[in-house]
Amino acid sequence: MMTNLQLTTDRSAARADRIFLASLWTAVGIFAATMLGVFAQLVHSSWQSIVTFGFRFLVTSTWNPVTGQFGALPMIYGTVVSSFIAILFASVIGIASATYLAEFAPRRIAQPLASLVELLAAVPSVVYGLWGLFVVVPIFRTYIDPVLQARLGFLPIFSGPIYGVGLLTAGVVLGIMILPTVSAISRDVIAAVGREQREAGMALGSTKWETTWRIVLPAARAGIFGACVLALGRAIGETIATTMIIGNKATIAASLFSPSYTLSSVIANEFTEATSDVYISALIELGLLLFFLSFIVNGFARLLVNSVFSKSEGR
Amino acid sequence: MSAPNLREPSKHKAVRYAWSAVGVGFTLLCIILAAGALLAILGYVAAQGISSVNWAFVTELPRPVGITGGGVANGIVGSLIIVGIATLIAIPIGVLTGVYLALFGRGIFAETLRLLSDVLAGLPSIAIGLFAYTLFVAPFKQFSAFSASIAFAIIMLPLIIRTSEEAIRSVPRTVREAGFALGLSRYATTMKIVVPAARGAILTAILLGIARVTGETAPLLFTAFGSQFWELNPLHPMAELSLQVFTYAISPYDDWHRQAWAGALLLTVAVFIINLMARFALSLGKR
Amino acid sequence: MNTQFVIDASERPESKIQVETRAVSVYYRGNKLAVSDVNVGFPKNTVTALIGPSGAGKSTLLRALNRVHELADGTSVEGEVLLDGVNIYSRDADAVLVRQRIGMVFQQATPFPTMSILDNVTAGLRLRGALRNGLKPMEIAEKALRQAALWEEVKDVLHRNGTSLSGGQQQRLCIARALAVEPEVLLLDEATSALDPISTLQIEELIRQLVDDYTIIAVTHNMQQAARVSDFTAFLLGDERGVGHLIEVAPTNEIFTKPTDKRTEDYITGRFG
Repeated sequence: MMTNLQLTTDRSAARADRIFLASLWTAVGIFAATMLGVFAQLVHSSWQSIVTFGFRFLVTSTWNPVTGQFGALPMIYGTVVSSFIAILFASVIGIASATYLAEFAPRRIAQPLASLVELLAAVPSVVYGLWGLFVVVPIFRTYIDPVLQARLGFLPIFSGPIYGVGLLTAGVVLGIMILPTVSAISRDVIAAVGREQREAGMALGSTKWETTWRIVLPAARAGIFGACVLALGRAIGETIATTMIIGNKATIAASLFSPSYTLSSVIANEFTEATSDVYISALIELGLLLFFLSFIVNGFARLLVNSVFSKSEGR
Repeated sequence: MSAPNLREPSKHKAVRYAWSAVGVGFTLLCIILAAGALLAILGYVAAQGISSVNWAFVTELPRPVGITGGGVANGIVGSLIIVGIATLIAIPIGVLTGVYLALFGRGIFAETLRLLSDVLAGLPSIAIGLFAYTLFVAPFKQFSAFSASIAFAIIMLPLIIRTSEEAIRSVPRTVREAGFALGLSRYATTMKIVVPAARGAILTAILLGIARVTGETAPLLFTAFGSQFWELNPLHPMAELSLQVFTYAISPYDDWHRQAWAGALLLTVAVFIINLMARFALSLGKR
Repeated sequence: MNTQFVIDASERPESKIQVETRAVSVYYRGNKLAVSDVNVGFPKNTVTALIGPSGAGKSTLLRALNRVHELADGTSVEGEVLLDGVNIYSRDADAVLVRQRIGMVFQQATPFPTMSILDNVTAGLRLRGALRNGLKPMEIAEKALRQAALWEEVKDVLHRNGTSLSGGQQQRLCIARALAVEPEVLLLDEATSALDPISTLQIEELIRQLVDDYTIIAVTHNMQQAARVSDFTAFLLGDERGVGHLIEVAPTNEIFTKPTDKRTEDYITGRFG
């Protein structure tokens, strides 16, 4: 106990505080540097490809390692189409599931059921790929694709040879993979819609369904849309399952049965075999493209979801 | 007494009710499809893999191509090492950054950090793998488990940072005040009182991060690269369970396919267990 | 609005002033004045109550006495606060050391949630590494808990989590925790406001016992409590702009029977507030 009036002793606590603050700054510095470093390094490593191919890279549809001609268009096409199919699939089933869980499910089974759907997100992507390759692909090849071709084969998207692997199958499996994202976030957003809106609807004599369809879901529109965009971001970046199911062929065909390539799956498939510097650089440039694409999509999604929650929580 | 007939014609009402039933039924169908998909996947993996998961599978090394049998022991060990090192890297950086944001979290710099964290969270893991490759593999002309750990740590960071910040923020101000009022330094109050009070949520985030990277394969393709042998040195290429599943699955050999299912079963069970632990940790913190 | 220092009362011949404020003003958020120009002395080993209506700045002033307001952004203090003649706001004074000598107990009893009762009591010493020099945690805890009149109730359950106690016990735990650091001054910020009447009385009794060893300054909105517990009472009031001023300070029995300022009289007789 201090009986003197010293208030200015140099103490080990002051030193501890200095070290503490220094360690905080160090951690923050490492984190910020890493983040910027990822971007900077990707640009640096794809520089050779950027200067060699320039803007044409984005519109060339040739991907030929042998002749050294690299164009990203087939991969962009594959990414866009497979992700589009995935989000189509996942949004309908995901929003509907979320609606059931938030509005119609008996309270006792709502949470266990929700947990079950969320577990879908925990399944490793290589397991999805394995299951997709050995279960879904044969099912599509044997049952679904031929039926589609028989009934709707006049449409270009359902024409052409059937392999089983390809855009459609990959899109569907991707859809299952991103389903839990849509469902979980949508459920939160729907549940966050104020009770007064539901009560107002019911008081007008609407059925529960009508209230949900006409009042609750529209109120949750922004957040649900955000959930879908977020899920889209996941689909764009998915690599392993895609590369196992999409066929890994750099072509652009109208048919959904055609094998294809995505930005991520080409990197997964060819990176370790890439021989020349420009080949590696081109692949890394695809990675950079992926970076930008996911940055834009995810940024947009976060904006949407955040705006919904900050409004309802009054933050 | 003739009152205006305000009642709905019963035919109209019946149509409305029918449509409503269809609507609810559709949502029910969708949730059944979703849950069914999960059960289908789990069921298939379990059915295909269970017969191959035995002691030998878990303790033996892979056999050369064409020879049946063998196991994924080196992959299991490799996963433990790679994920372990990644966790050791991610925890201090992640938690301390979260502490920083919770204590000094106002202003442009902090907002930028949060934005970076959100962006990083959505970045495809293969792009992160490329980064780890260019920085830690290419200059040394050597694949290594360490480079894979770096990639995994980067993947884990955003979740740990965000959760740490929120958890520390939600410790009541009165607890912090009481610590200061005892004449404790910022360091002691924050790291010995406030952060421990938030440990449930932080632990949950760490476990969820571990679960996530355990199931990641893409970055491994050109960082850890894989191996047929025992390897404990993180500076060398190393086997990893999910990578082995991938390699076996895309191979043309039936026996490797069989082993892929078994490995997938192990992997899925591991990830589910870690997820369960994460939920349990969350309830721990609420004590 | 200048007020006199506390009269060196003849009741306590050795009443040396332990804590003294000189022209202390407190600002929120940079430049919003909360409390203006307070001059008051708190004699050693006495209890001074700070009373006044809500918003008069009592807690604000109290927190300026041990620099605990520095936790919140933008709060600043003008003037001097002297502890035994040394300005705690001087450039080379260390806020952490100040708080080791001027302790505080808050309205909301907050035992540290992750610690046992024993660890809570010793936290102030343990967490700054002061227990390394052969001091025994159990002895320190027992002494502090006895001072806080809690020892008998918890001596067999020291390992239990601090939050497992009742409200009144938790507050006494916080008092023990503050006392274990062996401060010279104890600040109480509405320490009994959240408690039931019986716990409140227990703590009031405690205060009367502690005053032999400590100088106590207690904010309270309860005038009867001030009358029961304190030797001196200071009355604060906010003006029409919301700035708090010290109106009057005097020995307690004087202020409640013949207050000097009319505003004090109005407050005490319940005409407002």
